[in-house]
Amino acid sequence: MEAVLGRAGLWFVIMFLALAAYVGAQDAGFAAHAVVVGVIAFAFLCVTVMRYDPLARAQSMFRMPPGPSRYDDDVVRWGVIATVFWGMAGFLAGVAIALQMVFPALNIEPWLNFGRLRPLHTSAVIFAFGGNALLATSFYVVQRTCRTTLAFPSLARFVFWGYQLFIVLAASGYLLGVTQSKEYAEPEWYVDIWLTIVWVAYFIVFVGTIVRRHEPHIYVANWFYLAFIITIAMLHIVNNLAIPVSFLGSRSYSAFGGVQDALTQWWYGHNAVGFFLTAGFLAMMYYFVPKQAERPVYSYRLSIIHFWSLIFLYIWAGPHHLHYTALPDWAQTLGMVFSIILWMPSWGGMINGLMTLNGAWDKVRTDPIIRMMVMSLAFYGMSTFEGPVMSIKAVNSLSHYTDWTIGHVHSGALGWNGMITFACVYFLVPRLWGRERMYSMRMINWHFWLATLGIVFYAASMWVAGLTQGLMWREYDANGYLVNSFVDTVAALKPMFAARAFGGILYLAGGVLLTYNVWMTIAGHLRDEAPMTDAKHNRAADRPITAAPAE
Amino acid sequence: MTDYETLRQFADSFGLLVMAIIFLALCAWPFRPGANERNRHAANSILEDHEDGE
Repeated sequence: MEAVLGRAGLWFVIMFLALAAYVGAQDAGFAAHAVVVGVIAFAFLCVTVMRYDPLARAQSMFRMPPGPSRYDDDVVRWGVIATVFWGMAGFLAGVAIALQMVFPALNIEPWLNFGRLRPLHTSAVIFAFGGNALLATSFYVVQRTCRTTLAFPSLARFVFWGYQLFIVLAASGYLLGVTQSKEYAEPEWYVDIWLTIVWVAYFIVFVGTIVRRHEPHIYVANWFYLAFIITIAMLHIVNNLAIPVSFLGSRSYSAFGGVQDALTQWWYGHNAVGFFLTAGFLAMMYYFVPKQAERPVYSYRLSIIHFWSLIFLYIWAGPHHLHYTALPDWAQTLGMVFSIILWMPSWGGMINGLMTLNGAWDKVRTDPIIRMMVMSLAFYGMSTFEGPVMSIKAVNSLSHYTDWTIGHVHSGALGWNGMITFACVYFLVPRLWGRERMYSMRMINWHFWLATLGIVFYAASMWVAGLTQGLMWREYDANGYLVNSFVDTVAALKPMFAARAFGGILYLAGGVLLTYNVWMTIAGHLRDEAPMTDAKHNRAADRPITAAPAE
Repeated sequence: MTDYETLRQFADSFGLLVMAIIFLALCAWPFRPGANERNRHAANSILEDHEDGE
């Protein structure tokens, strides 16, 4: 009873504070966010009070773990569902903005124009889809590899729901025009503070679980997860240092100015790629690829060298985003050199993942989940090859600010991050919900081909578009005048934009199959379908030659 | 010397050297004598249980 009263009181206080923030808000965006927080607090207040049942208090909203004999997987289950949900939202937003590039009339002012939908798309796929995948898999992997349950179960639940609140505040803010205009870090100061609190809680739960492990060695996947959690905390805090204009308003000004601000932003931006989209997803690779292949990782030594090289080298590569700007020349060259050195650990890691299948390559043919993992590793290798090439100053002078960059980002994000996440979802769902297998293996196969074809359309069209754009921009005539105006280049690229949108639609269609498959699996159905492989066997012909009877 | 120059000089000399030594030592660590068995055990540790999920 006291616990319920306390919890209801807590929600009431939060609701009251949100109301006060709404009344005192300096601008419409902040007021809207106060309403979002208030409504959520009110919903939880109602749920807490209505769910009060003295006989079954354990069945509360935040289901507590069953005990030390079972892994605490509720947060993992919610995380998998959230991954699929936000993934669909993010892919849909991506298709919408790709179509806006082809059909400008789709820019619906003011909330749904390209400028506001684009950060919604990037944040939804990186932080909502990718972030929930990392949250879910890290809580799954750390428990299995440490052979213990999550430390601080209530804090783990706070991490999940707190992170969802961050996503809702960030996404609604973009549409309302609340942004601090920093690439991949658009949320304003109060949302940043909230994410910091959630992230510190995430760190405490993760490290607490490692500390109470029953396995002497900390498996390498946990090293990557930990590097991801710590580095993202550091990047997030430094990049978002800002002075709010008012404590009840959504505007703030960065603590840095000019080229320092630019360098800080790209130090953050590139390492968000390096530690969020690479280190965290490599952790998934180092656990789920060996598990699905049922073989240990190819070389444990190589995985450790991979880890330390990534940690020591990645953090210096950011300045390659600022070639030919006001950034000092030596800093640009430093960024370029470290980007090129990064080739080695990236390819070492890719080879380590692929060679895990050594001696089991037939599984690529028979197991669509393994096939997705192999494709994701191939794209990891391809985009970590393309990235250093683009960081070379001579190449960058052609590729920078063109659609080649967009194509590069998407071969990494759709190919590497997307594919490995889908594979992990397909691995986790039957195990988390206690099903025999996914609802349909054939749909996984279809998902694989739709996604792969989508990426091919996306990357190929953006290569063509980027090179066209770069070459048109730098074309001079005999008198030294630029030949093409900007609008000329846009007109030339329109067919490529259409091909890109088509690729995105294919990828989204694969996502629809994922959603349906996950939905039906959780609902407990098994699709009646021909298996992916069968044992070719002709019983009638499977006979020894009988000796002809003697005459 | 300004603080910037002092820090810059330290970063260019001993800072760089210390980082390089730490990096090489960490990379060499799994190659130390006797680590072979431990590496094999670590790589196989995730495959020993069959208690996924629930």
